[in-house]
Amino acid sequence: MSTLKAPTGTSRPTTYREALREGLREALLQDERVFLMGEDVGRYGGCFGVSLGLLEEFGPDRIRDTPLSESGFVGAGIGAALGGMRPVVEIMTVNFSLLALDQILNNAATLLHMSGGQLSVPVVIRMTTGAGRQLGAQHSHSLEGWYAHIPGIRVLAPATVDDARHMLAAALADPDPVLIFEHGGLYNAEGSLDETVDAVDLDTAAVRRSGTDVAVITYGGSLPKALAAAETLAGEGISAEVVDLRTLRPLDDATLMACIARTHRAVIVDEAWRSGSLAAEISSRITEQAFYELDAPVQRVCSAEVPIPYARQLEEAALPQPATIVDAVRRTVS
Amino acid sequence: MSSTTSHHEGKARATARKSGRKKGPATAARGTRGGLPAPGHHLSLLRRMLAIRRFEERCVELYSGAKIRGFVHLCIGEEAVAVGVNQALRETDAVVSTYREHGHALARGVPADAVMAEMYGRATGCSRGRGGSMHLFDAARRFYGGNAIVAGGLPLAAGLALADRMRGSTRVTCCFFGDGAFAEGEFHETANLAALWQLPLLLVCENNLYAMGTSLAREHAQTNLAMRAASYGMPAWTVDGMDVLAVEAAALRATESVRAGNGPHFLEAQTYRFRAHSMYDPDRYRAKSEIEEWKGRDPLKGLAELMSSEGQLDDRVMEELDKEVLAEIDEAVRGAEEAPLEPVSDLLRFVTSEPGSTA
Ligand SMILES: Cc1ncc(C[n+]2csc(CCOP(=O)(O)OP(=O)(O)O)c2C)c(N)n1
Repeated sequence: MSTLKAPTGTSRPTTYREALREGLREALLQDERVFLMGEDVGRYGGCFGVSLGLLEEFGPDRIRDTPLSESGFVGAGIGAALGGMRPVVEIMTVNFSLLALDQILNNAATLLHMSGGQLSVPVVIRMTTGAGRQLGAQHSHSLEGWYAHIPGIRVLAPATVDDARHMLAAALADPDPVLIFEHGGLYNAEGSLDETVDAVDLDTAAVRRSGTDVAVITYGGSLPKALAAAETLAGEGISAEVVDLRTLRPLDDATLMACIARTHRAVIVDEAWRSGSLAAEISSRITEQAFYELDAPVQRVCSAEVPIPYARQLEEAALPQPATIVDAVRRTVS
Repeated sequence: MSSTTSHHEGKARATARKSGRKKGPATAARGTRGGLPAPGHHLSLLRRMLAIRRFEERCVELYSGAKIRGFVHLCIGEEAVAVGVNQALRETDAVVSTYREHGHALARGVPADAVMAEMYGRATGCSRGRGGSMHLFDAARRFYGGNAIVAGGLPLAAGLALADRMRGSTRVTCCFFGDGAFAEGEFHETANLAALWQLPLLLVCENNLYAMGTSLAREHAQTNLAMRAASYGMPAWTVDGMDVLAVEAAALRATESVRAGNGPHFLEAQTYRFRAHSMYDPDRYRAKSEIEEWKGRDPLKGLAELMSSEGQLDDRVMEELDKEVLAEIDEAVRGAEEAPLEPVSDLLRFVTSEPGSTA
């Protein structure tokens, strides 16, 4: 996994998992209305180890193990938010979130509007997404694009340790529901946490590497792959700019279109399936807003349209990889 | 359906009636004297039920006249549940309801004008025209809708109760839902969570014997709902939902126990809707005789008869009451007719919070 260097100032090495935990710990310390709730977040320490140790520090009331009842406890999180608390609800993976989709879409995303502005729902829902760990179809899907379809919620995808560390605080400051998608392949990723950063801006996409020939637009678990591809391309004399969306809803059109205006070419890397994907949405926006800036058709690198398979070679072939990104870029610049 | 009816009639009504009259301390707080409720109390229950009945009858007219649209679900016949339960709740408590919630909203104190204006889709509606009949909300009165996903409000109610529980508040959250909702996973997830965490939650199942056109026996393998709820380890009672005094007494007993920290309670109110499921429903699945039989147990008539027999009510008082209630509804309709439309330029408001709102 490639590591990301902090741009300036003092930095210290950490993992994505530890950064998430630090963010949680800070939230719990700063606001007593904040509590974490989900399957195995307490005793077990979180199924990906994110909340390890928090139960001992904050007790079972605030680090609350739930039964296997995705709809029940996600809905309870929404209700608790209505009741004045600041719940952080963890769902093991996006695959299981479908059992709570009704609560997320029909309640969390909808209550403010349906009530004519009376009921805001300040709930934060965290979940894992993505493939790459040979877990088979039902643990490997990338459905964050589906959630990004829904008005009324904000959808975040931290790809760096800085974002992992600070996005939670920003999410909790939002009066509306926020979904945070953590890519399962990133938990062990190491990065250097920039200690001069103490807040992140959820409204803007980040240019993670600047370049002049092509904009590679991506997010979450595909960011390290895009950066690796950019490194390879640099060796061939192709200068790729890598844009990390960070927020999948609302999309930061301004930053994207500015990148297109600089590079005149775009490759979108999205681990979801191509049909009806977020990549499709971004491609469409580029055509709508920056068509005359383009020197080549927009390219998309997405997952193959199959349930993600278990066997390593099949899984690898199904997912965007640095090599497939490099190929797509070559096609656009040639 | 005679077996179901007699099951309804059985001991629930008898015991509920007994507790309704004899439960000294609970009803005493509400103005009873020597075991007999004071005249004012009965009259106020009757008035509230009548207000709901007349409001909904007006809705039928307005719907036929195309003044109001959408799915409209009436609770005519079920007024005793809304009024009896709300009687036991305090202003600080929370209520979560379904799409059949006109009665719950009105009994909760949401003004009839605001509800009517919402049906008209007006700016003065309690959801600023974005909800309609199925999505009534009133944050100030802690009335949390208005949920048109069957059973969708149950987890929310658990969460509201959880928030109170975590802060050591003695407030109660009351959640209304139907016998259809009882079959959904969300009911069972919520019952389990609430009992596990001992949440201050009152689950009120309005068993009107039908989920749209599907009768209780065709939707539930075991039709004894209270018994099933009790299996989660919570006190569960069945009450005659056509008897407002019985509902009130049972709800008082339940809310007192919830407030005392005894965790969630389940109340099944056995009731019946006199009209179809919604304005669209030709109601082909129920026998006329069954409907007539239940109409014989009209909760308004039942209370009025009791009051008359005790010399608390005569025709003149009843007429006065009706006139008063109808005047209020006329006023609500007039207000709604005259109210401004929510401007289309505001279409995208309230999708996300507006600047200045704080988390
Ligand atoms: C999840 C869901 N499934 C189906 C429907 C359609 N529907 C609306 S009301 C209803 C019947 C519900 O019956 P019950 O819970 O007993 O409540 P009642 O209408 O009798 O008050 C159905 C099936 C819905 N709104 N939501």
